[in-house]
Amino acid sequence: MTALLRVQDLKKYFPVGKDLLGRPTQVVQAVDGVSFSVEKGRTLGIVGESGCGKSTTARLLMHLIEPDEGRISIRGKEFGNISGRHPVAELRRQMQMVFQDSYASLNPRLTIEDSIAFGPQIHGVSEREARQQARDLLEKVGLNPNVFVRRYPHELSGGQRQRVNIARALAIKPEIVLLDEAVSALDKSVQAQVLNLLSDLKKEFGLTYLFISHDLNVVQYISDDVMVMYLGQVVESGPVEQLYQNPAHPYTRALLSSVPSQTPHERKQHKVLEGDPPNPIAPPSGCRFHPRCEHARAICSSQQPETTRVEGLHQAACFMLPANPNHEKYIQLQEVSA
Amino acid sequence: MTTIASTTSKEKFALAAETAAVSRGYWTTVWTRLVRDPVSVGCAVVLLLMVLIAVFAPLLAPYDPSQGTMLKRLSPIGTEGHWLGTDELGRDMLSRLMHGGQMSLMMGLLPVFIAFAIGTSLGLIAGFFGGWINSLIMRTTDVFFAFPAVLLAIAISGALGAGFINAIISLTLVFIPPIARVAESVTTSVRNLDFVEAARASGAGNFTIIRVHVLGNVLGPVFIYATSLVSVCMILAAGLSFLGLGVRPPTPEWGLMLNTLRQSIYIQPWISVLPGLMIFITSLCFNLLSDGLRSAMDIKR
Amino acid sequence: MFVFIIRRFLYAIPIALAVAAVCFSLVHLAPGDPLTAIIPADAPAEVVIAIQQAYGMDRPLLVQFGSWIQRALQGDLGVSVATGRPVMGDIALALSNTLLLAFAAALLGFLGGILLGALAAIYNGTWIDKLATALAITGVSIPHYWLGLLLVIIFSVHLDWLPSMGAGPGGSSDWRLDWAHLRHLVLPAVTMCFIPMGIVTRTVRATVSEILNSEFVTALYARGLRGRRIALHVAKNAAPTVLSVMGLQFGYLLGGSILVETVFSWPGTGYLLNTAIFQRDIPLLQGIILVLAMFFVGLNLLVDVLQTLMDPRIKRG
Repeated sequence: MTALLRVQDLKKYFPVGKDLLGRPTQVVQAVDGVSFSVEKGRTLGIVGESGCGKSTTARLLMHLIEPDEGRISIRGKEFGNISGRHPVAELRRQMQMVFQDSYASLNPRLTIEDSIAFGPQIHGVSEREARQQARDLLEKVGLNPNVFVRRYPHELSGGQRQRVNIARALAIKPEIVLLDEAVSALDKSVQAQVLNLLSDLKKEFGLTYLFISHDLNVVQYISDDVMVMYLGQVVESGPVEQLYQNPAHPYTRALLSSVPSQTPHERKQHKVLEGDPPNPIAPPSGCRFHPRCEHARAICSSQQPETTRVEGLHQAACFMLPANPNHEKYIQLQEVSA
Repeated sequence: MTTIASTTSKEKFALAAETAAVSRGYWTTVWTRLVRDPVSVGCAVVLLLMVLIAVFAPLLAPYDPSQGTMLKRLSPIGTEGHWLGTDELGRDMLSRLMHGGQMSLMMGLLPVFIAFAIGTSLGLIAGFFGGWINSLIMRTTDVFFAFPAVLLAIAISGALGAGFINAIISLTLVFIPPIARVAESVTTSVRNLDFVEAARASGAGNFTIIRVHVLGNVLGPVFIYATSLVSVCMILAAGLSFLGLGVRPPTPEWGLMLNTLRQSIYIQPWISVLPGLMIFITSLCFNLLSDGLRSAMDIKR
Repeated sequence: MFVFIIRRFLYAIPIALAVAAVCFSLVHLAPGDPLTAIIPADAPAEVVIAIQQAYGMDRPLLVQFGSWIQRALQGDLGVSVATGRPVMGDIALALSNTLLLAFAAALLGFLGGILLGALAAIYNGTWIDKLATALAITGVSIPHYWLGLLLVIIFSVHLDWLPSMGAGPGGSSDWRLDWAHLRHLVLPAVTMCFIPMGIVTRTVRATVSEILNSEFVTALYARGLRGRRIALHVAKNAAPTVLSVMGLQFGYLLGGSILVETVFSWPGTGYLLNTAIFQRDIPLLQGIILVLAMFFVGLNLLVDVLQTLMDPRIKRG
């Protein structure tokens, strides 16, 4: 089965700092060679600490930020602002996004109805029809249209606003929905309701989700596949059960061990991640995780580990994996004493 | 943890708002708040009266503002038939003050109005598109910021020469840069909000995004700022006339009246005070009303 | 921060150039030939051309601008069309008078403003606060030329306490520090201090009450600090904002004195500017505006640099 969405070698470097003449002095490698694909009807969770480039990836996919490099294709059709590629406008009809800040992502001057009906009207739906659709969608996301259509965003709770944002994204009738920390700002109880709503909507409309979050429990709950990012790169990816039960990359292991388990007696005393992620302006050489990795050896700081298959579709970028072409070299080296 | 805590309090507020049940638009709320402020209402009434008197001056004024007899020149305040006295050419002060409002109010409002239209457009374009367009527009306004407002107005008026139109042009030029700067900074902050990104993600073009999503959020703050400039403009405009750079005599205008009556302060000091008093009251009312509007529009989420 | 200051200095150069260009182009805003004031209407064509050549008006605009800048940098702002004297001398004398007036007004306005603003912030919501706020809004709403007239009527016409014209007895324009000259300074300085006082009051009130309500002041109280020590902390934190506002206000005093100087016949730049406008003396007009605008550019630069140096929160790279 071919992938619905395929992303290859996506890159974005941001210039930062200014010298005397206002020229950039450094670049942040926000997203550095990210590749993945998602099959129709599945949910890909993207996890990582803040600043790892997961939100930038989402914005690059929507072309809200122009990628420096990389290919984005849906059903084999490549999109982009380069001649020979399909127009971004078409991409945005097939892919929509829900943002983290439910308040900032709704225009405070527009009613709920106007906000939802805005997108379809851009795509040529008549105002009357768009309003009718908006009411239908409000019902679908669990808000009584008779109560809410004329309301303004500040009159709604965070959970209600996020439902509106979901309705707004669905109004364009996309195939793929990007959820960028969409439930992260909500209370736990509201979070669960919105997650269930997302599952229901996915079934009803046959949607495909890209679910971006720093919350590993939430990602485990909703995702079919998971991709772990660290400093702009993918360190591990695979089906959710395999990855959660058998994390291959030391970073993933550290991340997972820092999550309190649901059952107290299963809580293990693992080495927890120490320190902050290094500065993305000057990322470490070799494997970007090596300064925080308890298993780091000389090769880790000199060479980038290849993405290697762990088992089935589960893969990771680490020299410790037996299948890694440089695994032998790693084994031969002494462990760097901390 | 902090994000959760703040969300909860936001949530509480939203729930409270929900129980209010009546759903109102932003401007309706602002209006309700404004009319509850006695100072703002008072100032608005005074200003409205002034405008009405100025507009209907030809009907209301007891005398022709440009006809006077030298026999009755500089009659004191309280003179029978001329209860605000007469000026240095024997013209009725009350009639001249009523007619003078036409020019003075126009010169206070029109430049700010034109500058609001032009400055907002420039700031909107600069803020929304950023990059070199922003640099071009904002660096140009920086140059005009290098002049104190009064100096710039007088310099341009001085170079263009006296006259109503020239005064309007120079005052407009003075107010475009500050308005553009405010509009630019507001637009820049609005442009970075998620709902603009969301609109872009729905496939909307720049023009539609500006019209539907940016303009409505930018106009309010810039409008408040512009109202605070009206008072400055009133004072500056009358100042230009006071220097002989505004309207030409015998047109009644408060600044010009102040200028000509200045020669008579040793004979009838209090009559020469009257036109300035009018400028002061108008400017004060505009300032207070602008403050009232600002706090009425400052609605916490 | 060091880079920021250097960059700010470098940025002032194009601004100064552009300001000069604006001043220069004022000539060409004027309707008709800039030399109309001295060329008789019935002058023969050769005479007109000769005069134009004498003033260099026959050359291309850019060349004129270039040589004007070059001469201005050497302190030569041209020759007055009306008097035939070099413009620079008159401007320098007038500028010293304007600076004197501006300093006096700034001193009164800033001291008054800081005092009123601080009192209003400390006694927030009481009648003192209301009075200070009312005074502040009056200060920014009052047409200062009218206020000047009012003061003249009260103190010169009615009470006959203070002189209303000129900078010194007998219309002398060179200033000396003695009672006779000080008397002349009182009314114009008081008149001009109202705007900066109003604005400084508002700024100080807003800044200080924000600081007083901030958590770090609560923490200071909690640590047992009282009175003077707290005042010191508040002053240190309010200083950058207040100073930058005061710097700008001083600039406005320099540029905005024309109306007040006219009311009091104060022999400063504003009065000179007025003369230049009415004699259509364009070189003089250009010169005054250039000098004042350059003062303002320099002042802005100074304020920015000082603010960067003083405020630890601003770390501009």
